[in-house]
Amino acid sequence: MSVQAEAIAPRRKLGRSATKFLSNRSAVFGGVLVATFILLALFAPLLAGYDPFATSFTSIRKPPSAEFWLGTDELGRDIYTRMLYGARASLMAGVVSVAIAVAVGVPFGLLAGYYGGWVDATISRVTEALLAIPFLILAIALAAFLGPSLTNAMIAIGLSATPIFVRLTRGQTLAVKTEDYVEGARAIGLPNVLIIIRYIFPNVLPPIVVQATITIATAIIAEASLSFLGLGQQPPNPSWGSMLNTAKNFMTQAPWMSIFPGGAIFLVVLGFNLLGDGLRDALDPRDN
Amino acid sequence: MSAATAEAPILEARGLVKRFGGRRGLFESSPTVHAVNDVSLQIRRGETFAIVGESGCGKSTLGRLLLRLIEPSEGDVLYEGQSITSLPSRDMRRLRRDLQIIFQDPFASLNPRMTVGDIIAEPIRLHGLARGAAVRARVSELLGIVGLRPEYADRYPHEFSGGQRQRIGIARALAGEPKLIIGDEPVSALDVSIQAQVINLLEDLKERFGLTLVIVAHDLAVIRHMSDRVAVMYLGEIVEMSPVDPLYEKPLHPYTQALLRAIPAPDPKDRVAPQLLQGDVPNPTDLPTGCRFHTRCPHVQPRCAQEHPALEDAGGGRLVACHFWREIGEAEPGIGADDSADTALSRRLEVYRTFQARREAEPSTPDINQQGGQT
Repeated sequence: MSVQAEAIAPRRKLGRSATKFLSNRSAVFGGVLVATFILLALFAPLLAGYDPFATSFTSIRKPPSAEFWLGTDELGRDIYTRMLYGARASLMAGVVSVAIAVAVGVPFGLLAGYYGGWVDATISRVTEALLAIPFLILAIALAAFLGPSLTNAMIAIGLSATPIFVRLTRGQTLAVKTEDYVEGARAIGLPNVLIIIRYIFPNVLPPIVVQATITIATAIIAEASLSFLGLGQQPPNPSWGSMLNTAKNFMTQAPWMSIFPGGAIFLVVLGFNLLGDGLRDALDPRDN
Repeated sequence: MSAATAEAPILEARGLVKRFGGRRGLFESSPTVHAVNDVSLQIRRGETFAIVGESGCGKSTLGRLLLRLIEPSEGDVLYEGQSITSLPSRDMRRLRRDLQIIFQDPFASLNPRMTVGDIIAEPIRLHGLARGAAVRARVSELLGIVGLRPEYADRYPHEFSGGQRQRIGIARALAGEPKLIIGDEPVSALDVSIQAQVINLLEDLKERFGLTLVIVAHDLAVIRHMSDRVAVMYLGEIVEMSPVDPLYEKPLHPYTQALLRAIPAPDPKDRVAPQLLQGDVPNPTDLPTGCRFHTRCPHVQPRCAQEHPALEDAGGGRLVACHFWREIGEAEPGIGADDSADTALSRRLEVYRTFQARREAEPSTPDINQQGGQT
């Protein structure tokens, strides 16, 4: 009796995806990891014990201790404090640049895939031209063109990652477009714009979500590279990438300088990947 | 002329032609597929019109052309006497309310990311047939009409069986209050028991809402129950068009005869030698000359390869495209009188009876041993 009642009870869309997400242990772990880093970045001033810019010549390259939890760097700055502030730059670089790539790439991919013809030809040729240039080279070129700053680095990384999303979305759209339900949408007289929004987009979304989380990881690393080249985060402002790149000069003398920022990048990338996989499964109403 | 107006067809095709491919570019060239060749037909208000033929004969393409889901290469489609092939897209979208389609594969025809309620509500909202809470009430009503529970509105398509999904598809097709529904093999993907249910449902709905049905199918047994008239297609052309009973009793075109012979008979005594057609359907990119059926026709004459037969009136509202339909009709009075089939049948029955007798003689031996070890 109760089983019967449960079976026909209306199940809301959002509640169901949330339940599915929460029952996936690795997805929750990923979500917790990402959320932790976001909270650490947000509350950095409250959690940090030191000024991230204050140098101290009496405590250069000190190993981790009660005083300096994660040790100090080559200018005597507290690594724990700098990592908290650096998390802001790294997370922002990852999320904002991917948001730019998705916001630009997905609409173009949808248009190219759905309409085909000269629209597709134009968009695809431009995309292919951009894809011919290696990701990092393109980001460096764009960042150099825009001028060195974290914001410009994010735009450069975002635009460099856009072709991936155009291609992915276009391919998925081509596949979904031939489904009967899309033809059914045309048969009831739905305008093309609504077909794209209500029928194509939700059905091409899952691989985009997964690609986005993977690209966040790539973007965090790309930001590190740009910062190292002086095109991203400007010193003395910290980011994990720039910390890591400085630390490579002291790998044997002060390994804590590279271990902790490196570990942070590893954990946040892992977190985004697990989160992405979990979201993909949770957003798919087909498998229970 | 008032009688003619009353008899005016609801949907009419005039010389419809659809070719696919044939593109020639710098790096690519694809052969032209002649999917539909010069098809003309008139669908009467309130009838059930069936289009049958083998896979690849262009029947589904014809169905989509009639709804202008694809654009014809040549020819015209008239709905209520008005050409729809040249309508601007805005007017066409409005007209789509009247013309609906039910798809073959119920697993592909419903958006997996929308609830059943949203799927059915879409045409209602789109055409402004109801607002607010009335939409949900109408969805519940439609679910009831197709025999599903109103609570199902909050579920997703994947939670349903094929038959239930097809009912959802029918509810959506009905939501816009259409005048004509095209069923593109609406039951061929379903289990036989479910097929009967869905066919009965379609017939009920037709009566109830005064619909005109166009059923595209490859299964003549299904068609016989529900159709008023049948068009038989071969390689993109209509080879025979007839009211349903005369067609089944005395098919005129050799291709129709072959199709009817392929229907399995439930009673072995009614079985006839299948006399299967020779070879495959010719490649639609490279059509045979003359009559398109001449490469497989058992009655082929030299003239068939030269001259393309036009659809001619065979009386009683029947049309047939064959040079020799009269001669073939006389030579072959009907399907079923074939002695060779009887001999084969009696031989088979005899073998079966011997087998039965042997089994009874050794009741303890399990079946597997009998088959594997004894002979």
